[in-house]
Amino acid sequence: MIVYIAKRLLFAAPTLLAVLTLVFVLVRIVPGDPALVVLGDQATPQALAELRARMGLDLPIWKQYVVFMGQALTGDFGRSLVSNRPVMTDVLAVLPYTLELTIASLAIGAIFGIPLGVWAARGRDRTPDWIARIVSLVGLSFPAFVSGVLMLIVFAVELKWFPVISKGVALDDPVERLRSLALPALNLGLIMVAYLTRVTRSGMLKALSEDYVRTARAKGMPTQTVIWRHGFRNVLIPIVTVIGLYLSVLIGNSVLTEIVFNRPGLGKLIVGALEKRDYTMLQGLMVVYAFLIVVVNLLTDLAYGLVDPRVKST
Amino acid sequence: MSAVSKASDAAAALRVEGLTTSLKIDGVWRDAVRDVSFALAPGETLALVGESGCGKSLTAMTVMGLLPKGVGRLSAGRIVIDGVETSTLAERDFGKVRGDSIGMIFQEPMTSLNPVLPVGFQIAEPLMQHRGLSRRQAMERARELMELVRIPAAAERLKSYPHQFSGGMRQRVMIALAIACSPKVLIADEPTTALDVTVQAQVLDLLGVLQRERGLGVLLITHNLGVVATNAQRVMVMYGGDVVESADVGDFFAKPLHPYSRALLAAMPRVDRPTSDLAPIPGQVPTLAELPDGCRFQSRCPLREEACAVRPPLTPVEGGRRHVRCVVLARELAGDLPREGTA
Repeated sequence: MIVYIAKRLLFAAPTLLAVLTLVFVLVRIVPGDPALVVLGDQATPQALAELRARMGLDLPIWKQYVVFMGQALTGDFGRSLVSNRPVMTDVLAVLPYTLELTIASLAIGAIFGIPLGVWAARGRDRTPDWIARIVSLVGLSFPAFVSGVLMLIVFAVELKWFPVISKGVALDDPVERLRSLALPALNLGLIMVAYLTRVTRSGMLKALSEDYVRTARAKGMPTQTVIWRHGFRNVLIPIVTVIGLYLSVLIGNSVLTEIVFNRPGLGKLIVGALEKRDYTMLQGLMVVYAFLIVVVNLLTDLAYGLVDPRVKST
Repeated sequence: MSAVSKASDAAAALRVEGLTTSLKIDGVWRDAVRDVSFALAPGETLALVGESGCGKSLTAMTVMGLLPKGVGRLSAGRIVIDGVETSTLAERDFGKVRGDSIGMIFQEPMTSLNPVLPVGFQIAEPLMQHRGLSRRQAMERARELMELVRIPAAAERLKSYPHQFSGGMRQRVMIALAIACSPKVLIADEPTTALDVTVQAQVLDLLGVLQRERGLGVLLITHNLGVVATNAQRVMVMYGGDVVESADVGDFFAKPLHPYSRALLAAMPRVDRPTSDLAPIPGQVPTLAELPDGCRFQSRCPLREEACAVRPPLTPVEGGRRHVRCVVLARELAGDLPREGTA
């Protein structure tokens, strides 16, 4: 297992280096002069040249690359062109909000989606199956911004169970923080419920028709043991795959949810940076997103090692 | 009803009377196995032979109570396993018999073991379930069972996973878990079909040894007549869901009676005959919906006559030593109308 983890970590390193290089190149081939963006078109050539020198843009490209990589590897992405705070400070300030949203919606997806999928597979073509199909259809059909607005109208505006706007409430109060998390997490979680219901249902249907399930029944194991220990244990493999894949989607989808619910987070940050052409912030955010996805993939690979004994030996 | 049995009722490890299994096909229930009766004595091997789709595996699944719900059902007959009538039991109570007094091994050792559970645990599971052993006791017993089925380095391999075993070794694991609770009956459904020839012989040899040591009654399902000749005492031939002939193995191979049995033997390659003499059986096994009402074999039978339109009974012949389901043969062997076996 330790060898397997070490191998996975080793494979993650070149991916990150490639991502950093790609971000560097992308930012450089985008038309426009960052200095001009910062100072505006009234700036004197002298001021522009000064700023370029300060930003290191007057250096030969390979030197810029070396400097960029050196800083990136130490987590330094320069200062925001807008707020003039270090990019990393701004990112780290909102990162917990995005992470808690992602994790909470994943938990909602797992808690509701997985049992619903098992239930549907056991009652194939009967009521449970139809309920599961409708739930996953609804979850997949509603774009996050539509279901988000609907939820706000019903649960926040009409019923007043949850705050309409997360920002501004006392987020250092754990209860308030949980209350403000509930609706956005439910909104994102609905998509996860839909995906997990589907993959669990089809996985269970396949597993329950496998020869090893017949063997378990031939051994006289009780139905619950056959379903969970023998059937479900094998379905964990496709479930891990889907969670890994859609966790990346969730991180992306959080942009919409954060805007609809006006929550702080990476999504809000990246939209703000786009609007104001905050190059350094964008550059930093791209790397942070890429880093998160690499981490998700790494965790997925490690989870495979836990749920599938065949992974370690290959 | 003609009970094809040498074992007296009390001593039988497994007794089946008039077993009829129906399958739901396109919304219609059709009898896929009709009126099968036999008794299996402890230590005896009864071979169930016939080509694919003849109902031999379905008979086994019915005896195990493993018919898929809503697709297959036992529509008539009694099944008594080690003195317990299971045909009337609820699923929950049947579960207490299954894996305890009856075990089963399957054709596909590659897929019949759970890929995500260690083999030792899979062997230990029925012991914990039926015998109430603690996990540690059950694992210790699993190690002994692995040694019994001659898996080398059993202690180290207890925690190995199925993918770390070869096909032959996996089938040994299957045998170990099927006999874990010392059942009286073992159903072996094509246990060696998926294995290499040399491994086949080893696995069959192992089964024979275990059977002798433990007085295990074995219902051996196979289409390999060579396996029947060397491993079974009695043989039942099935065609289209009917038992068409049952006999002692010696009698059967010396002189198969039913036209289908004869055709089966003629289609089997033999060392003492050129392979060009192999005679395939003309036609195909009809599907369940196409099966004729009377004698199931009539559409492919050289002896066919009008009387075949009515289902023939399983008739005792040769002084009751064997049974055959054929009107023509029953008449001939009874000596009423001696004639040549052609139509």
